[in-house]
Amino acid sequence: MKTFRIGGVHPSENKLSADKPIQIMELPKQVVLPLSQHIGAPAVALVKKGDVVKVGTKIAEAGGFVSAAIHSSVSGKVSKIDTVIDASGYRKPAIFIDVEGDEWEESIDRTPDLVKECNLTPEEIVAKVKEAGIVGMGGACFPAHVKLAPPPGAKAECVIINGVECEPYLTADHRLMLEKTEEILVGVSILMKAVKVNKAYIGIENNKPDAIRKMQEKAVLYPGIEIVPLKVKYPQGGEKQLIDAVIGRQVPAPPAIPINVGAVVQNVGTAYAVYEAVQKNKPLFERVVTVTGKSLKNPSNFLTRMGTPMSMLIEAAGGLPEDTGKVIGGGPMMGKALSTIEVPIAKGSSGVLIMNEKEAARGEAQPCIRCAKCVSACPMGLEPFLLATASSLSDWDKVEKEGIMSCIECGSCQFTCPSHRPMLDFIRLGKGKVGAIIRARNAKK
Amino acid sequence: MEVLLFAVVTLGGIGLVSAIVLFIASKKFAVYSDPRIAKVAEVLPQANCGGCGYPGCSGFAEACVKAGSLEGKLCPVGGQPVMAKVADILGLAAVESEPKVAVVRCNGTCANRPKLSRYDGVKSCAIAAATYGGETGCSYGCLGCGDCVKVCQFGAITINPETGIAEVDESKCTACGACVKACPKGIIELRNKGKNNRRVYVSCVNKDKGIIAKKACAASCIGCGKCVKTCPFGAITLENNLAYIDFNICKMCRKCVDECPQGAIQAINFPPRKPKAEPAADATVKPEVKAEPVAVKAETKTEAAAEGAKTVGEQTK
Repeated sequence: MKTFRIGGVHPSENKLSADKPIQIMELPKQVVLPLSQHIGAPAVALVKKGDVVKVGTKIAEAGGFVSAAIHSSVSGKVSKIDTVIDASGYRKPAIFIDVEGDEWEESIDRTPDLVKECNLTPEEIVAKVKEAGIVGMGGACFPAHVKLAPPPGAKAECVIINGVECEPYLTADHRLMLEKTEEILVGVSILMKAVKVNKAYIGIENNKPDAIRKMQEKAVLYPGIEIVPLKVKYPQGGEKQLIDAVIGRQVPAPPAIPINVGAVVQNVGTAYAVYEAVQKNKPLFERVVTVTGKSLKNPSNFLTRMGTPMSMLIEAAGGLPEDTGKVIGGGPMMGKALSTIEVPIAKGSSGVLIMNEKEAARGEAQPCIRCAKCVSACPMGLEPFLLATASSLSDWDKVEKEGIMSCIECGSCQFTCPSHRPMLDFIRLGKGKVGAIIRARNAKK
Repeated sequence: MEVLLFAVVTLGGIGLVSAIVLFIASKKFAVYSDPRIAKVAEVLPQANCGGCGYPGCSGFAEACVKAGSLEGKLCPVGGQPVMAKVADILGLAAVESEPKVAVVRCNGTCANRPKLSRYDGVKSCAIAAATYGGETGCSYGCLGCGDCVKVCQFGAITINPETGIAEVDESKCTACGACVKACPKGIIELRNKGKNNRRVYVSCVNKDKGIIAKKACAASCIGCGKCVKTCPFGAITLENNLAYIDFNICKMCRKCVDECPQGAIQAINFPPRKPKAEPAADATVKPEVKAEPVAVKAETKTEAAAEGAKTVGEQTK
């Protein structure tokens, strides 16, 4: 069975909610939609206080090429445009909408029927994806239309769909593959058409045998789509790791991107969103969110409107347990601890994980014993101990030379370190600094 | 004998030729270095702190010699006396410049700013700031992890364990600006040292709307603008819900200090305003006043109204 070549770790899977069907989350009284739910420029608000909106009404337009539009997830009245603490831990501008009823835009096809035919041209598909405000649903939130428009000189050879879900605990993509199998496959066909290729691979780790079986059964109806079962290893869901695992090509160091080796990678969630946007005219305003944790009463998967406060989801899953140590937005490996549970669900919120005090405790950092476990674990072939130390000494030239910009921040180094050294914290700091230095250098040129 | 002579002559010859080559090379490729650079470097404090904006003291010396004017050049460590010496060596006019000192513009003590979460990551302000807004509701205030303490070469900054905020020891601070660069929140500012070390400044950098700022911290600037209206000299500006006092215009009348409903404006190193009945022994204002900002404030506020006008007169003289 296939997997990526370098490094990787095996955290306990803890997929507590794998057999819980997707439930539809009830509507909140108010939704809060941050203007920056994606990588790139924040969106620009199109509405003002007092405006009446419907479900699917565009309320903010993309603020640049690398940016995405935002649509209302509820019907009601815009109560204010203010700031809210989002998953970044800072106050960011957001649109607040008071919910009144549940009236959808008429253009949205709300029937559950599967629409297979798509007669649009590639350009029309990309335009529709852009209009629907679709971003990468795996968590990085990179605007999808940018990936579908290859830069000049680069040519896509295949589409790779990420159904890996290598983060422990999370099951949102797993459930989506089981419950929306054909919709995803149609979405993949549309993506293939958009980038003009006739081959697509869907990579799924073999800890989801039911999803692999179901996808394989249905995939025979869709020419060019192949299901690739993969050996379980974190971080297989990383774009570069997935490309290596599926087609055996390695993406060179930045600024090279996957398209340079002919691959366009999208998440299964994104494929589903593309299906809904292109075939059903439904912009991206809801997503599947896994709410999970060992102490939580009912770990579940919810189809949630964007802007619903996380506290409401936690309540629906049995309430915040008493021994809560940390609440994490995303999975345990790459997710981020939240400073408040009122953070609204955004396009990139794949999960809400509640860690108990024991799990959440950070081990006390001990001196490095030179075991080199982090070096063997690093999926990018870097030397994390070196990057972390040089970064803590502010030696930015050194960390740049050592390839810090290749780091995907997967946290494998820190996970595997027997001395609990906070390597990723320092590497992230260094990456930020070096990134700024490189941008300044490029701006000068 | 013959072999010996041969060896002596050959080696001597090689030596002579090399000497001539080296002599010519040293003349032809000589790099002229202004002797004044070494002289200027000698009078500099050799702290190599980079506070002047040049790479070390020799870099600053070279820049001074080459520039031909001392406009905008200041060794923050040596200050005016050293710059006078430099001016002497170069035969240039010394440029008067006000001595400065680093000021920590945050008064979000543990008492003023309740903690809402706990940060258990690496003890570094830069990393904490990249992670989230901080342990309190104020995402602008001092994180207290001590990045400024680490970069200060003069041991002038410490984190007060009681307040959790960085404090500057004015007697040690050279205004090199290393802490200003190190602070990821931009809280530390170099301000004029002022007459008798007296300073008035807004001890807050919170740009949130008043209601949010007030909720987060009891001593935050809420951008009400009362100080702007009160200031008779137009030294205060209000931008993004935050007041700022221009130290070049401020005459230190302290009217704004009395007016501020949040007590966010600090006046330090001023003599007490005639404390009458109160047992204000601990509020006798010494240079280390900042350790007790709350006590000072309480005192200034109660006495303020009556004494205000009088002090203004004294100060402006």
